[in-house]
Amino acid sequence: MGRARARAGQGSAWAAAPGLLYLIGLVLAPLVIIVVYSFLSRAKLGVGVKWEFSAQAYADLLFSESLAGGRSFDPTYLQIIFNSFLFALITSAVTLALALPIAVWIATRPPKDRTGLIFLVTIPFWTSLLIRTYAFIIILNDNGPINAFLGALGLVESPIPMLYTPFATVVGLVYTFLPFMILPIYASAERFDFRLAEAAYDLGGGKWTVLRRIVLPSVRPGVIAGMLLVFIPALGSYLAPELLGGGKTSMIANVIAAQFGASRNWPFGAALSVLLLIITLLVLVAFAVLSKRSARVTGRSSWESML
Amino acid sequence: MSHETSALTINRVSKQFSTPEGGVVRALDNVSLEVAEGSFTVLLGPSGCGKTTLLRCIAGLEAADSGEISLRGQRIDDVPVWKRRVNTVFQSYALFPHLTVAQNIAFGLQMDGLSKTQIAPRVEEALAMVRLDGLGGRRPSQLSGGQQQRVALARALAKEPEVLLLDEPLSALDLKLRRGMQSELKRLQRETSLTFVLVTHDQEEAMAMADTVAVFDAGRIAQVGEPRDVYLRPRTRFVADFIGEANVLPAEVMDAGVRVGSIGDVGLDVISGIDGQPPGTRGHVAFRPENINWERTPNGDAHVLDVTFVGGDLHIVAEVGEDTITIRASSHHEEPPRTGDHLDLSFPAGSVRWVED
Repeated sequence: MGRARARAGQGSAWAAAPGLLYLIGLVLAPLVIIVVYSFLSRAKLGVGVKWEFSAQAYADLLFSESLAGGRSFDPTYLQIIFNSFLFALITSAVTLALALPIAVWIATRPPKDRTGLIFLVTIPFWTSLLIRTYAFIIILNDNGPINAFLGALGLVESPIPMLYTPFATVVGLVYTFLPFMILPIYASAERFDFRLAEAAYDLGGGKWTVLRRIVLPSVRPGVIAGMLLVFIPALGSYLAPELLGGGKTSMIANVIAAQFGASRNWPFGAALSVLLLIITLLVLVAFAVLSKRSARVTGRSSWESML
Repeated sequence: MSHETSALTINRVSKQFSTPEGGVVRALDNVSLEVAEGSFTVLLGPSGCGKTTLLRCIAGLEAADSGEISLRGQRIDDVPVWKRRVNTVFQSYALFPHLTVAQNIAFGLQMDGLSKTQIAPRVEEALAMVRLDGLGGRRPSQLSGGQQQRVALARALAKEPEVLLLDEPLSALDLKLRRGMQSELKRLQRETSLTFVLVTHDQEEAMAMADTVAVFDAGRIAQVGEPRDVYLRPRTRFVADFIGEANVLPAEVMDAGVRVGSIGDVGLDVISGIDGQPPGTRGHVAFRPENINWERTPNGDAHVLDVTFVGGDLHIVAEVGEDTITIRASSHHEEPPRTGDHLDLSFPAGSVRWVED
């Protein structure tokens, strides 16, 4: 046998080399550093690490040491992880509820209108997320347009405090991730054969039944992809809780940032990062299982819908 | 046909579509039709003639601009699609990919509010009717095209509709399968004695299945009747040409006959459908290739250009003056015409049909 002949359209392995180098050097290597740091000791002044093995950082996740030296169970960090989960879950649910009607509506427009509407969905990407998040400080604060509007209508006597509340964090997160939910659902809905909906009507299904039993199962891969694209980044969100939540509603990313900054505990920050990484992987696996099940049904996987 | 025996009455239905270019297409132009209870009615016509639009108007998937549609005497124009007692077999089958075959069939029955125990036997029965017993657990993607077709049929039949609508149901099947399904559909219609309304562009399919055929021409019904009647007595040039093979030649009514193209004068006994046309009227006549008598004579008017052997028949293309006509002769003839021969043509009584333009 001679050397394997390349088929037409097949790429060469060498073409992938630059990308692979980038991935190994700039994605994999920092991860390795994080894992290694998490097993080292805190440096004297807190900046950097001392090269001495220690599992102290992991112990700190669950236990706190009193000044007397005794160890007791401390749920602070579990609470923060739970909070992060809750915020990510609420964000996913709200974006799903908002994105589904929008995506299906766009997918049912005439083809020439769809491009323009999808273009509108992507407009927020034109400016930096930081600036857009700052804009929400203006919108949500006590003297902002929402309170001014409610006041002018006489609905409220004193401004409703919205900024620096969990509500503001959720608003910011939903705003940030909405396009990531709309796009994959739209991709699924756009491929939906609306003749199936006609057939369902013809067989006696009302509007709601057709939506629930025929349209939704067909866009399920897009929904799963959207949940993935929203839930995982939302879990590790930093900006919205920092700027809009006002530190009251810390999520795990804010705690990690603090460890590398003010708290000066790099190994602990690294351990928290490893924990976040493991949680993210577990969520990914869960989604993969879910997606496989739905792929068996629709013949199309969520991973495909994400592209 | 009296109204008591009408399953479906279409009364002066019109429907226009605007094209993306800003034009207007008259898909249905004042169409009226009676569909008899328990009949197999075929709407036949070339693509874009409005037959599918009419089917969609009956189903309720499209709203007519004007006119009335009644089901067993009841107006249904304002009844939403999901409440009409008609069901459709779609050209694309439109099977729900995420449901099994049995679930596909059960869907419509669930919409009728039937219980699980009522649905199960009906699904079994429907599967048996289309000879797919035992395949209820499969998904549509695991079935062949012909099997999917049967599922679509079973799904609509299970609802026992007052009228079953079939939109080009066989067009995606290959020829052999299509022939089989044609007799299968006939059998199902007989056994269920439901009213079938089928849309097709295939005139052979229409002839093979229909009790009544309605020929569509550009948004209007050109002719309605039994297939044989429509074949033998086409009313318009379009119908003559579209159904079966026909020689269509320009003609003029004379005092004692009709002058047909370059063939010359033909006696009135040979012409049918000409009542009331005064001399001087110009129009067309149509005659069937198999309905021409020929005789070989050295100075016959018809000059044979080509002879093609197609099994039982010979297709003869002959030139008469400026006209080219097709003649069909039996292959069993002892001395069939050959290319270059001259033929003398004559026509049996009533075999040349005067047709409207």
